[in-house]
Parts: sequence; C-alpha cells; structure tokens
Amino acid sequence: MTSATNTVQEPTPKRAKANKPTTTHWVGQQQSLIGRTAAYFGLLLCVLLIGMPVYWMISGAFKTPQEIYSIPPTWIPTQPTLASFPKAWNSAPFGRYYVNSFIVTLFGSGFEVFFAVTSAYAFAFLRFPGKRYVFLLLLAALMVPVQVTILPNYLTIARLGWINTFQGIVIPGASVAYGTFLLRQYYRTLPTEIMDAARVDGAGHIRTLTSVVVPLAKPAIVSFGLLSIVAKWNEFLWPLIVTNTKEMRVLPIGIYWLMVEEGTIDWGLVMAGTIFVVLPVLIVFLYAQRYIVDGIAAGAVKG
Amino acid sequence: MITAKEVRLMSTGSLQSKRASPAERREWLLFLLLVGPNILLFIIFTYWPLLYNGYLSFVRWDMLAPVKIWVGLDNYRFLFGQQEFRLILLNTLYFTIASVLLTIVLGLLMALLLNQSLRGRNTVRSIVFSPVMLSGAAIGIVWIYIFDPRYGLIDALLGFVGLNSPNWLLDSAWAMPAVIIVHVWKTIGYAVVIYLAGLQAIPRELYEAVVVDGGGAWSRFRAVTLPGLSPVVFFLILTTVLTSFQAFDIIKVMTNGGPVNATTTLVFYLYEEGFVAFNAGRAGVASVLLFGLMFVFTLVQMRYEDRNVHYA
Repeated sequence: MTSATNTVQEPTPKRAKANKPTTTHWVGQQQSLIGRTAAYFGLLLCVLLIGMPVYWMISGAFKTPQEIYSIPPTWIPTQPTLASFPKAWNSAPFGRYYVNSFIVTLFGSGFEVFFAVTSAYAFAFLRFPGKRYVFLLLLAALMVPVQVTILPNYLTIARLGWINTFQGIVIPGASVAYGTFLLRQYYRTLPTEIMDAARVDGAGHIRTLTSVVVPLAKPAIVSFGLLSIVAKWNEFLWPLIVTNTKEMRVLPIGIYWLMVEEGTIDWGLVMAGTIFVVLPVLIVFLYAQRYIVDGIAAGAVKG
Repeated sequence: MITAKEVRLMSTGSLQSKRASPAERREWLLFLLLVGPNILLFIIFTYWPLLYNGYLSFVRWDMLAPVKIWVGLDNYRFLFGQQEFRLILLNTLYFTIASVLLTIVLGLLMALLLNQSLRGRNTVRSIVFSPVMLSGAAIGIVWIYIFDPRYGLIDALLGFVGLNSPNWLLDSAWAMPAVIIVHVWKTIGYAVVIYLAGLQAIPRELYEAVVVDGGGAWSRFRAVTLPGLSPVVFFLILTTVLTSFQAFDIIKVMTNGGPVNATTTLVFYLYEEGFVAFNAGRAGVASVLLFGLMFVFTLVQMRYEDRNVHYA
C-alpha cells in the first residue's frame, strides 16, 4: 500500500495522471444540489484566496500612479497603462539581471541534472564496495539546509577569491541528492531486457547510459530538470550574500534592492518589476505543469 | 529506500570473490568517476560547514581579524542567558507551529475538494499550485503592497465589512501573522499536490466496502480516507516543519526581522549575526542549533513513522 504512492514505478508512467478525471471518491455517486453548490463555492474560494494576490500584482502594474494611491483602492484599473513597465526596466539594470539569472540557472541546473543522471546510473547499475554507505552519505545531505552552511561557505568562497563571481554563486549548490535519489528510483524500474540487449550489442556503461537509459528516463529527467530550474531561478539567500555589486545581481536580488530603494514611492513600478521576475517561471509552469507536479509528487515516494 | 534484499545481494556480491577481477575494478573506477564529483562537492560545501560551524560556535571572531579567540561555551552561555535570544526561539516555534497546522489542515481541505470531479478542477489545481513556483522575494514584495493599510488589497476587503486594516508589518503583534499568511499561501500548493497523490493511491474498493455497509460521507472519510492518508500526513508534517525552519526570503523582504525582532526567527538571526553584525561565534551557535533541531526532528519522525505508519 505504501508503495502505491510511488509514481515513478511504472517503466512508462502515464503522465496524464493528474489530469485524468477520477471518480468522486468520498462524496459518493449521487450528490445533492446543495453539496455541489457548496463544492463550487469552495473552488471559487480557493481561486480567490490563492489567485487574488497575483491579480493584485498584475492590476497594480497596470494602474497609473494616481490610481494606485487612491482611497479606497480600485479593483480594475480604470485607465490601464503600460507606463510602469519601461519605468521599471530603466530604474534598474534589468537586462543585466536577466542575463545573470539566465547564466546562473543554466549552469546551476546543468550541473545538477548532469550529476543526478550520472550518479543515479552508478548507484543503480554499478558495483562498488560499500555502495550502500556511499548512497547514505549522499542522502544525508538532504538533512542539511543551505541556511546552515552559508557562513562557512562564504569563507570558503572568499578564500577561493570567488566572491562576486558566477562560479561563486553556482558551485556550492552544484551537487545534488534529491535528483540522484529520484532518478535512481526511476532507472531501477526500466526493463532489464533492454539493458541486457545493449550489453550484448557490446555497449559499455557510458553508451548504455547515453543511448538507452537517458532516453527511457526522459520524463523523470525533465521533471527533475524543471524543478531544478525553478529553484535556481528563485534562489535568494546565497546570491544575496555572495554578490556585492549591482552588475552581479540576479533577478530576485535586483527586485529586492529595487524595493528597498524605490520602496513605497511607486508601487506600480515595483509591481512591474516583480512581473519581470516571475513571468519566465509562470510561462514555464504553464507549458510544463504536468512534469513539475509529477516531479514533486514523486518525491513523496515512501510513506 | 534500500531493501534488505538489496543489502544482502550487495554484501554477497562484494564478498564472493576475495580479489576483484579487472572488470570489476574498472566498474569501481567508473563508479568513482560518476559519483565522485557529486560527493566531493557535498563534502566541501555541506559536511565540512557542519564541522566548521561547530568550531566557530566556540570562538569570538569578527570575520576579519587574523585570529579567532577561543572562548569555550561563552557564546552558548551568553545567548541562552539573553532575553532577546529566547524571544527568537519562541518566534521560530510560533512561525513553525502556525505554518504547519495551517498547511496541513487547509491543504487537506483543498485536496479533498480538488479530488472531486468538478468542472474547472484542473484550472483551480494549477492556480493553487502556482505560488510554489514563484520567487519568494518577488512575492514578499507583492504582499507588502497587499498588506498596505491604506492602499492594499486586505484593507479593501476589510472595508467591505466595515473594518480597518491593522498596520500589519509595522505592528509587532501583526507582523508575525502577516509573514505566516504569506508563507502558508506560498507553500500550501505543495501540500495539496502531495495530498492529491495520496488520495489517488487509496484503492476505490475500500470506499465501496464502506458504502455497501451503509456508511455515509463522514464514515468513508473516517474509515478510509484518513487512515489511507496517514503516511502522507506524516511526510507532509516533516517537510513543512523543515521548510518553515528555513523560511528566509519572505521575512527578509517583508519585515527584515522586525519590528524590533518580532519576526526574527533562528534562520534570520543566523543571517544577521553572520552577515550584518559580523559575529561569527553567535552565527555559529545559531547554525549548530538549527541543524541540531532539524536532525533531531528528522530522526524522531523516521522512528515514529517506522513504528506507527508503515503498516497502517
């Protein structure tokens, strides 16, 4: 029963799981009109509770400064304007922030995916004395949050002369435990016949990894990759500490300083700035939602 | 994670031949090549800092001076004797307990709702999950605007019922509820996804059995849903406690720990002492405490789960 929650079990899992209409589990077959009305009211409440702040951000960005500071606040911008966006773009080097965030995310996630794909292969298919303990050593890292390591890591990075550099931002977070665990689980569900066939064909381990395992495990790799990209894009504490010039800031740090500097002077401008930060992630989410949700659900593999 | 069978296989595998064949050695080498860099980075940037934090907690050092002065337990004694630090521990407790309770209960309610076949369900699921994906810094800023007592959304909503908004972020009684609301708002979608996965895994026959016995919606929930979800609830309690311990972005952006330490949690204190006050010793103590708490909590959780949930 506990293993039933493991969504990375089947060799070719049905990715449509989250979208498959399921029968009503505990409400029963014949629902009363009142019950259904209450349920739809609940849905509406969820949308309002969770969606309203995002709406407030977007509507704020489209309001004129006069309207933003009107009492009581207006729900829909009466004279929607795009003026806040160029103002925000010019009030801080957002172009530079985008480039920095892109570089940090590309390399940060690139390392994580590479390490997860290769380490997981080693743990799933290669022999090594005491492999189990090496695996535990890796998994134990899950128990150590980034926050606990920031002070010593800052000193290490300073000694390497990497303060305010891309490698200083990326390298301390390049290793990966969660993704290794996730992919190892997935690899072990792959049909052994295919692996054996590759071996009979004379493929070595590296060939087997690149031409058999990676293509078969693509859904899991994509899921983990997307989770990693979102996490790197949003990372705040470490880049805040390890950078000290405007030119090296990533988007979350840039928007933080924009708020500190502009503060409550112009909320429209600040809201436009936050949209710059969250828009790429929202687009990725709209396109690849299923993979992201599956990746997260697969993390809860064991009861 | 590792089955007993696997361990047996592995141990017999390595004991069978006293001397490793060249092929086997090549496999070991490849293993090291594939796993080595990953593990090495963890040793340098995860395990070494744990040890070094321990050392720092026994010294006085401003992170600049060439020498670190060994002071023994002075840092610990100082902090635990200090009113302010006790407040910080209480804040951490307050933030964690409130966040976990709200997330576990509201998350379950939302998941039960979103597990029914309702029109528009998938869209609502996406909306509920979307804040998990968004930058905590950006979201914190949006919420400052929402909490604004004169131009904000909350004030507008309270206006409908004739109430005035408190001065959320500048009032030491309201600042903590405000950051808790934002933290729960941002992380609840994760709990909903995990709950939904758990609900899908409950065999339908169990519900049918209760229906045959003449049970209503409540007895289906009591007899099937709740026991079936128990492993999920435990997993979620563990993860939400850990994420609450680590909450930083929102606090840094929204209140900067204030007003007057009202929202300073252990993580925030660690950051302040290390990177604002340059007091490596006290930051070291905070790091040791934070890790100790997480470690103990994880162990207790794992033991409890082994005993009570696994066979439920």
